[in-house]
Amino acid sequence: MLEISHLRYDVTAEDGAELDILQDISLTVEDGKLVVITGPNGGGKTTLARTIMGLNQPTGGSIRWNGQDITNLSITDRAKAGVSYGFQQPPRFKGMKVRDLIALAAGKEALTPAEGCQYLTQVGLCADDYIDREVDASLSGGEVKRIEIATILARRAGLMIFDEPEAGIDLWSFARLTETFENIHKGGDSTLLIISHQERIIRLADEIVVIEAGRVAKHGPQEEIFPQIMARTLPGCGYMREGAC
Amino acid sequence: MDRTEWKVLKEIAELEKVPQGAYNFRVNGQLDERKVTANIDIASKTDGKPGIDITVKPGTRGESVHIPVVLSMSGLTDVVYNDFYIGEGADVDIVAGCGIHNTGCETSQHDGIHVFHIGRNARVRYVERHYGEGPGTGARILNPRTEVYLEEGASMTMEMTQIRGVDSTIRDTVVEVAAGGECIINEKLMTDGAQTAESNVEIILKGDGATGRVISRSVGRGRSVQVFRPCMTGKADCFGHVQCDSILMDQAKIKSIPAIDAQSVDAQLIHEAAIGRIAGDQILKLLTLGLTEEEAEEKILEGFLN
Repeated sequence: MLEISHLRYDVTAEDGAELDILQDISLTVEDGKLVVITGPNGGGKTTLARTIMGLNQPTGGSIRWNGQDITNLSITDRAKAGVSYGFQQPPRFKGMKVRDLIALAAGKEALTPAEGCQYLTQVGLCADDYIDREVDASLSGGEVKRIEIATILARRAGLMIFDEPEAGIDLWSFARLTETFENIHKGGDSTLLIISHQERIIRLADEIVVIEAGRVAKHGPQEEIFPQIMARTLPGCGYMREGAC
Repeated sequence: MDRTEWKVLKEIAELEKVPQGAYNFRVNGQLDERKVTANIDIASKTDGKPGIDITVKPGTRGESVHIPVVLSMSGLTDVVYNDFYIGEGADVDIVAGCGIHNTGCETSQHDGIHVFHIGRNARVRYVERHYGEGPGTGARILNPRTEVYLEEGASMTMEMTQIRGVDSTIRDTVVEVAAGGECIINEKLMTDGAQTAESNVEIILKGDGATGRVISRSVGRGRSVQVFRPCMTGKADCFGHVQCDSILMDQAKIKSIPAIDAQSVDAQLIHEAAIGRIAGDQILKLLTLGLTEEEAEEKILEGFLN
């Protein structure tokens, strides 16, 4: 179980102003759930995900995972405790091959061809074409993003956090990706926290959390929260309907 | 050779026993062991200079020549002149390299001067590793000079690697490529401590359809200093690409001065050079996979130097 309690993350801007990126966030995610975090840009979703992984150190509050207080653990120790995070904008590694990166993620010296194929197929990439390529600028943004997701699959961590996994991915690969999330969820071994704005991913969720202005604006079952989100989109906006203005 | 010398040999040539094919082992300035084949001859020079002539018959295919050099005696300066004559249409692997094991306080130095004459349509893969070790305080110095003359349609791929233990190196490489020929140089270099390394590469593309590539990757650690001067000259309808990437760590200094010199309106020449520290997001990504910071750095460097 992931228990986030009164989490804060403040930074001081260049002009000296205090910015409260995360303000008193409390959130509990039960084991095996698929929770989608959504909300407007700049609301604090990525900061929350990065703070759970330890990439940002919170200025207040606590994070517990499987009963262990991980608030002050290093990134490495959190990873070893079973937390994983797929970067929104993954880095590239000149010279490092896709097989090496995925092997590192899997905690193995080397990957068998079957393992390489398994992880890459789940993100819509053909292992034969990609396993020996370098994770460098020769790959497109969408390809790097899918390899990033493959590293999270290879880690098989108890908590998988994905930060806008759909960004930069074509429609066909996206369909494959949603199936992958669905399968992991059905397997029940991992808890999934997915930051997303995509309806197809949101519809997979057990629960939806809406983060706005650094706070939890809504949190509830998908069936309850999703209609509320839709009502606030342009097609759902009464003022935008033909003849309403 | 004793156990220490075999250990050095393993580092530079991945050999644990005598290889198949032709070979010439040079240990402490003397011939240690040699084998020739029906197609590959190795003969000591007769003009008084130290070194060997390696002659590969035209059409020889799939054979290899190993010519490693090991220095385990402190205070020795070994200069060697090796000339290679690769016959037309041959396709061979040449594994060279030098390892120094210095236990004393005097300088050990090896200067290998290699000249390759590569016949029409011949293909050569050349691997050269330089390595130093030993508890002594004496410097380990390697100053190789490599000249390559590629005839029409001939190609040479050079893997030149120096990862550890060499205190000072000045490496000069000059390649002339005739029409339809190709030269690819993959250079990998890592320095640490107070080591210095200088690499000067010049590729001259002389004929139409000639191709040249220099891919140089280096890592500077400690207080080490590296200087690169790769130069690609195009004198015909040719293509040349120079790519230098360096990772800088600690208080190391790296200077990269790539040059392209087009002497024909049809020459297409490109150079790219980049020097920088390990990107922070690369380290962070590997930390999130459960690696420590030290492990992450090593993996990034390992991949980079590949």
